[in-house]
Amino acid sequence: MSKRLVNILVPLISILLGLIIGAIVMAVSGFNPIDGYVALWNGIFMDTYTLGETIRQITPYVFSGLAVAFAFRTGLFNIGVEGQLIMGWLAAAWVGQAFELPAVLHVPLALLAAAVAGALWAFIPGLLKAKLQVHEVIVTIMMNYIALHVANALIGVISGGEERTEKIHESASLRSDFLETMTDYSRLHWGFIIALLAVIVMWFILQKTTLGYELKAVGFNKNASEYAGMNVNKNIILAMVISGAFAGLGGAMEALGTFENMSKLHASTGIGFDGIAVALLGANQPFGVLLGAILFGALKNGGLNMPSEAGVPTEIVSIVIALIIFFVASGYIIRVALNQFGKKRKEEK
Amino acid sequence: MEYVIEMLGIRKQFGDFVANDNITLQLKKGEIHALLGENGAGKSTLMNVLFGLYQPEDGKIRVRGKDVKITDPNVANKLGIGMVHQHFMLVENFTVTENIILGSEPTKAGSINIKDAAKKVQELSETYGLNVDPYAKIEDISVGMQQRVEIIKTLYRGADIIIFDEPTASLTPQEITELMQIMKRLIEEGKSIILITHKLNEIMEVSDRVTVIRKGQGIGTVITAETNPTELAELMVGRQVVFKTEKIASNPKEVVLEIDSLSVTDNRGIEKVKNLNLTVRAGEIVGIAGIDGNGQSELIEAITGLRKVKSGHIKLNGKNITGLKPRKITESGIGHIPQDRHKHGLVLDFPIGHNIALQTYYKKPISKNGVIDYKKVNEMARTIIQQYDVRSGEGEMSLARSLSGGNQQKAIIGREVERDPDLLIAALPTRGLDVGAIEFIHKRLIEQRDKGKAVLLISFELDEVMNVSDQIAVIYDGYIIDTVNPQETNEQELGLLMAGQSLQDKNKVGGQK
Repeated sequence: MSKRLVNILVPLISILLGLIIGAIVMAVSGFNPIDGYVALWNGIFMDTYTLGETIRQITPYVFSGLAVAFAFRTGLFNIGVEGQLIMGWLAAAWVGQAFELPAVLHVPLALLAAAVAGALWAFIPGLLKAKLQVHEVIVTIMMNYIALHVANALIGVISGGEERTEKIHESASLRSDFLETMTDYSRLHWGFIIALLAVIVMWFILQKTTLGYELKAVGFNKNASEYAGMNVNKNIILAMVISGAFAGLGGAMEALGTFENMSKLHASTGIGFDGIAVALLGANQPFGVLLGAILFGALKNGGLNMPSEAGVPTEIVSIVIALIIFFVASGYIIRVALNQFGKKRKEEK
Repeated sequence: MEYVIEMLGIRKQFGDFVANDNITLQLKKGEIHALLGENGAGKSTLMNVLFGLYQPEDGKIRVRGKDVKITDPNVANKLGIGMVHQHFMLVENFTVTENIILGSEPTKAGSINIKDAAKKVQELSETYGLNVDPYAKIEDISVGMQQRVEIIKTLYRGADIIIFDEPTASLTPQEITELMQIMKRLIEEGKSIILITHKLNEIMEVSDRVTVIRKGQGIGTVITAETNPTELAELMVGRQVVFKTEKIASNPKEVVLEIDSLSVTDNRGIEKVKNLNLTVRAGEIVGIAGIDGNGQSELIEAITGLRKVKSGHIKLNGKNITGLKPRKITESGIGHIPQDRHKHGLVLDFPIGHNIALQTYYKKPISKNGVIDYKKVNEMARTIIQQYDVRSGEGEMSLARSLSGGNQQKAIIGREVERDPDLLIAALPTRGLDVGAIEFIHKRLIEQRDKGKAVLLISFELDEVMNVSDQIAVIYDGYIIDTVNPQETNEQELGLLMAGQSLQDKNKVGGQK
């Protein structure tokens, strides 16, 4: 079997297997799987409105996926994307409502603020890792909790005791009449263009620049990097900072696009944690992350339609979605099975 | 004659790269059969075919006269074939017995029956004179003993054909002698052995017959008693090998490296280099002889900026480079072939082409404004790969990890020499390499000297130091105990110096330093 064919077949078979097992789960629980999947499909593609919402849902996943993948590629495990995203969200929401500027300045400034906030939040674990060899996993997990509660407290301060920040000014918003009319007043915003740019930026940094060369070298072998005259500590911190900036921009998508403000959070948004799965689905490659985010975002958004249209409870929906993703992630098993199949055929000949 | 293993006309291909082509190896019962070949000649591939890790494209394997198909290592195990790998496959914090039974744990009422297993290990250990404590933890025992654990592992699983893959690479001389005795003992007990190696003296000492492969081709099998090292070396590399490197007399000129009362401490703060003085001139090779652990590593790290200097000065071409950052030192004219090529020399998960750019990736013409031109990287890599005869499966795109040790080293040497440094530091440049590669590397070092460069060679091998250097500085306990001329000294004298006996001591009893 040709390599190319295998590469196309594996994800397709994975999704199919996930759907089949998901169907069994629905059937066993007493729901009609066909109705369920029709509802899922409709929740993703039914009309321009749902399609717009699907793309909107995908956008922050692209950023959280890129953030995790970037760290992975440089030998770091950034589980703190969640917290960095929250800080980015807050920073963008604040800049969006606190200043009055022309849109050409306001949008970039709010985005920059989000990137810097995420970067700073990731700088701390980076610094601790570089200088004191504290493992980044521990620090980033803890920084998630700190981010959650610090953000909630700051929302109170900014809004003067309210539960959410004021709506951002029009000039900072990523929404547009054009996109809204085109998608039947969905919350689709220009963020998806920024997400696509971010994919290209990550690819460019890693594949084309001396910075990317150094970051990857340090990730693979610190000793050889030091031998070659690289500043290992600087590169570790920089890798975390860039990863955090991607995460912060993911937060800006919520602040400047989806919600246009920030409400106090009762729990994590989950986007940051799902970013780990997105990154792994995409094999830590920038364009792979994009595909992973599309799958993840589409299923999440489509799943919202299943309770109302097919009566499948949200718990079952979560299980079905998790199964599909599980099978995609375990594509390895299918690859092995295909190999065996190919071998047998060869022997029979 | 009875053959226990016959590999006939084996061919194995990876893409377009033919790793094994028409190789035949026949192992008689009760013999030690050496498999000789350069690094990357295809020895490991052949053994992996026998062990079931690779499937051959062509050829037959017979075990005890019967045609077999070895589809995976379990099949090989069942056929009584065991392998002692070069890199041991042991769990550090498990005991000897736990490691041996790993994968086929004997159980008694659902729990592991360690006692009986340990008894069996003890018995095996005694039968073959292996002297292994079944309850010792792997992390607490020596490398030699770890290897014996690997041997017992194969015996425990019922192997009577044992493959040794470069078994002496990480052993001390005493451990090597012991291993040779163990191998002879195994033969006496009716086992058969395939010994993979490129060390000629070991082959001469223990083997009965030798099969030689070169660049993936089977060259033939000879009886050890009817051959000699020179002939074997020729068969292996396909041309005459000069054990003694030819060179013209040196012509030292101005001082390039000047080290003045240098002191350096190791990670634990213990002083490893003590008040050391050393000069290396343009056009000469200074060899540092000494036993491992007498401050060689710390000295090199201090010169190249990888380790802090406690006191003293290092001057390059008259300029003080003490305490500069590694990159500044590299740029001021030092090339460095590091002693551990996996730890410092290469990023193993990068393609070899990217590794060749490791010291120049940030400079023009390879990169401009922070953007690397990978086309130029690959061009440069291809040139060096060709000039330095670096062999790999996919040229400059092969992962550094996939290259054999000799080819990795040639790539490093190419990278460092082509930068045209004034001083070339070569630390254990031929460790673990075969005679062909060693000869190649020695020639390159001498070539640098003849071009008027200064070369500092650090080696634990007396042969190498005496052969290549124009001056030998013997290091002992962190200082240079004496400097001698290789033409006027001998191994005994160097051995004494390396053990800390200064030459004056022989005349003046009780002399100090």
